[in-house]
Amino acid sequence: MAERTAFIGARVVDPASGRDEVANVLVEGGAVAAVGPDASLRGASLVDCHGLVLAPGLVDLHAHLREPGREDAETVETASRAAAAGGFTAVAAMANTDPVADTPAVVEEVRSLASRAALCDVFPVGAITKGLAGEEMAAIGEMAAIGVRLFSDDGRCVPTARVLRNALQYAKAFDAVIAEHCEDPSLAEGGQMHEGIHSYTLGLTGKPAESEEIVVFRDLALARLTGGRLHLQHLSAGGSVELLRRARAAGVRVTAEVTPHHLVFVDEDLVTYDTNFKVNPPLRTPEDREALRAALADGTIDAVATDHAPHAVEDKEAEFDQAPPGTIGLETALAAVLTHLVEPGLIPLPRAIEALSTAPARILGASGHGGPIEPGRPANLVVFDPRAEWVVEPPFVSRSRNSAFLGKSLRGKVIHTVLRGEPVVGDGKPRR
Amino acid sequence: MNKHLLSINDVSAEDIVRILDVAESFREVGTRVIKKVPALRGRTVVNLFYENSTRTRISFELAAKRLSADVINFTTSGTSVAKGESLKDTALTLQAMGADAIVIRHSSSGSPYTLTRWVRGSVLNAGDGTHEHPTQALLDLYTIREKLGRFEGLRVAICGDVLHSRVARSLSFALVKMGADVTLVGPPTLIPPDAPAWGVHVSFDIDEVLPKIDVCYLLRVQRERQRQQYVPSVREYARLFGLTRERVGLLPEGALIMHPGPMNRGVEIDSDVADLPQAVMEEQVTNGIAIRMSLLYLLLGGGSEGAVADG
Repeated sequence: MAERTAFIGARVVDPASGRDEVANVLVEGGAVAAVGPDASLRGASLVDCHGLVLAPGLVDLHAHLREPGREDAETVETASRAAAAGGFTAVAAMANTDPVADTPAVVEEVRSLASRAALCDVFPVGAITKGLAGEEMAAIGEMAAIGVRLFSDDGRCVPTARVLRNALQYAKAFDAVIAEHCEDPSLAEGGQMHEGIHSYTLGLTGKPAESEEIVVFRDLALARLTGGRLHLQHLSAGGSVELLRRARAAGVRVTAEVTPHHLVFVDEDLVTYDTNFKVNPPLRTPEDREALRAALADGTIDAVATDHAPHAVEDKEAEFDQAPPGTIGLETALAAVLTHLVEPGLIPLPRAIEALSTAPARILGASGHGGPIEPGRPANLVVFDPRAEWVVEPPFVSRSRNSAFLGKSLRGKVIHTVLRGEPVVGDGKPRR
Repeated sequence: MNKHLLSINDVSAEDIVRILDVAESFREVGTRVIKKVPALRGRTVVNLFYENSTRTRISFELAAKRLSADVINFTTSGTSVAKGESLKDTALTLQAMGADAIVIRHSSSGSPYTLTRWVRGSVLNAGDGTHEHPTQALLDLYTIREKLGRFEGLRVAICGDVLHSRVARSLSFALVKMGADVTLVGPPTLIPPDAPAWGVHVSFDIDEVLPKIDVCYLLRVQRERQRQQYVPSVREYARLFGLTRERVGLLPEGALIMHPGPMNRGVEIDSDVADLPQAVMEEQVTNGIAIRMSLLYLLLGGGSEGAVADG
């Protein structure tokens, strides 16, 4: 890319600065040099963005990169390429790798893999407990000392209140965030989908919404008790949202995320036993989905996070109860939100960008991401066509293809992703 | 008729009557000295059984053989499945061998649906996990129609572990579709709380239900439900929900007692009760062969013009 690049004529949507107008954005030396309707373009190579939206690069609080351990399903490199293709400039890499990221060594390994090959910034998440076993605290302080901000046993819930209490309290010393996968293991045991009329009819063991709500209640109480920072991952139940809303009003330090698939799909989508709809937490009822959408709209839920969960084909192409839960999501998150929330008028575009970029960047402590798009700031940007329609189908940039959106038509296509001034995705394709 | 039989929900009331009518004509075949007709000569039926079920497998095998089809039994022990072959690879192998119909029994709910993605032939669900067992429901309907002559307004109680019963699901859906009045009876832990959405009634009191029914259908209650804490003990279950000799007296005269087998004598049904004349378990088994003949015949196009062309 030329030393000076000007993205001209895009609708610039930047929640951090409150900007929402057609403007030019000048990028120089990896940083934003100027922004505004009249920004000088002298000497710059021009990128025509009329009709497109320019926003801060998206930030994913929740992705499974699978490396180390399951490189057949995904690697740091392939996930980062999928992320860039989906408009993300930063992703949080969950700790449930093999080995688990419960020590600085594993964190450093993921970082080093990312620094060699990644098309986006990778923020390793540390485990809360050793080996995700839910018993002894992992090296939270040592990992925080090398910059880890988010800690999670995701895939599992911290099973006892005592261990979570200690983690929330201990993490305060480092201003770290404890992110919880809220699910009572005894109630959810063996569960394949949301418990309700469809699980009964399909003969699949259900996980009641209460298996999440009970733990959300417990965790909010512990956050209040400790004053620690709690983040609730991939909320799925309307009851959880109500508890969260009350806790926020009472001043508990808590943030929350929801996935695109929980915002779009419901339990009834499982009637053909398609394992791509088998996710954890499970897809719940239309009423739950409405509650999640409303909570995202009013800010009760801060962020949209993908829970990108790649799985090898042979693992997913199995009997329903034997297939692992999860859907990939990095390449479809933006379009899913645009198609199912922005276009029908449920949330305005700036709120969507806030939920996909500004808010998660703040929670993750990814200070170079999420905007504001202002002179001197790192040029981490996404440019997308909000109207372009496409059908989700292989090949994916991700190494896996277990997408709940497979075969679905979505609107909204990433055209450019810019990482510190470098065009990592151009004309919709990863550049390297 | 659909190409597959995966769930009784996919079969219309009209088709159910047709299946029963065709079964009626096939039942006579079983009474002949030479119990065979040439309807499916040259066709291949595979019994793919991932779960032990001697009676269902034999019933399907007999049905296919009486229609002159070639039958292959593919069971989990002693095959590549035991060596860890996936359902997909097994399906592709059977497909390559030219199976016209695959009868699948599997412990995972939904496996017949999964199987249809990889085979061109018809898939018949012979019981999948805790989902459905549509051929059992159809043979039960056949038996009820034969004995009582109607479905409309017929009062049927399905008693026991409904939550884990594929028989209860298929039978409830089929009976409701045919206009019967179905009540699920059992301890609340073994009845799906949302069951009324199926169009059925729910009762936790068998003594209150028994005097008001035409059919008492008992489900097998597995002993592991005690370990899983669904019921305090199998003994308590038998006392509170089993069809004991005393409770039989509550049934109206002429009411049928049915059970899909295998029975747990002394748990859901007293041993003496199982041997009463109104208990029609043996007829159920006999009718099972005719129903499966009917289904194979109809699904493999035996009744269509295409089948005539196929010879």
